[in-house]
Amino acid sequence: MENGGSDVFNSWAPALDLYEGKDNLVVTAELPGLKKENIDIALHDNTLTISGERKEEKKCEGSQTSRQERLFGRFTRSLILPKQVSSGNVKATYKDGILAVTLPKAEEAKPKQIEVQ
Amino acid sequence: MNNTVMLQEKKTPAGEERGVQRPEQRRGWLQPQVNIVEGNEGYVLEAEMPGVSKEGLEILLEGNELTIIGHRNNGLEGSQLVYRESTDRDFRRNFELDPAIDTVRISARMENGLLFLTLPKAEKVKPRKISVE
Repeated sequence: MENGGSDVFNSWAPALDLYEGKDNLVVTAELPGLKKENIDIALHDNTLTISGERKEEKKCEGSQTSRQERLFGRFTRSLILPKQVSSGNVKATYKDGILAVTLPKAEEAKPKQIEVQ
Repeated sequence: MNNTVMLQEKKTPAGEERGVQRPEQRRGWLQPQVNIVEGNEGYVLEAEMPGVSKEGLEILLEGNELTIIGHRNNGLEGSQLVYRESTDRDFRRNFELDPAIDTVRISARMENGLLFLTLPKAEKVKPRKISVE
């Protein structure tokens, strides 16, 4: 840790939502004010982990912060997915500060229609 | 160190809120988290409004009162929400402006769900160094 462990006191965690479609699961995370390159997404044992860092921009000389509510630093969130997904074709978009990860369901997790013979 | 709060929150009594509430918006508003930085040239206000695009942003100015509103796009077409931590409330917050701010030159920009509001001070109130003849 860069600042000797004091990260514990200003850590933050984005809110996650989970959507289910016919063929996909979609996980969205509220991540306002990040850079795309500072977001990491990993899928392991059907657990999705989103991590990254929100970096504080350097202030101009002679300026002072009169209100500080925004949180900076590293974050990590993990979510055990309720359906089996296939790791092959996971897609992610980042728009208006919302990260959306689309995970295709594994064949066995998709609903099947069985025809009556 | 300047101890005067120049850009401060304005508390509006219930029922006197400005800004149009959409019909689906009856559950109240969510306050965006803000940082305010003051420099010699003016103020920069940053407000976190995830899910709000440029089109969903409203900035109202009435006298010395500034209101920021962010309408967000909710839901995902063709999908069902199965787990939710976020809220679907829109963002809204009120500020009382420092009279030194040149309201005509206030500008705004949205970047990845973060609003940057630049509030320049009028020329006459900027600190100046006067040289001795």
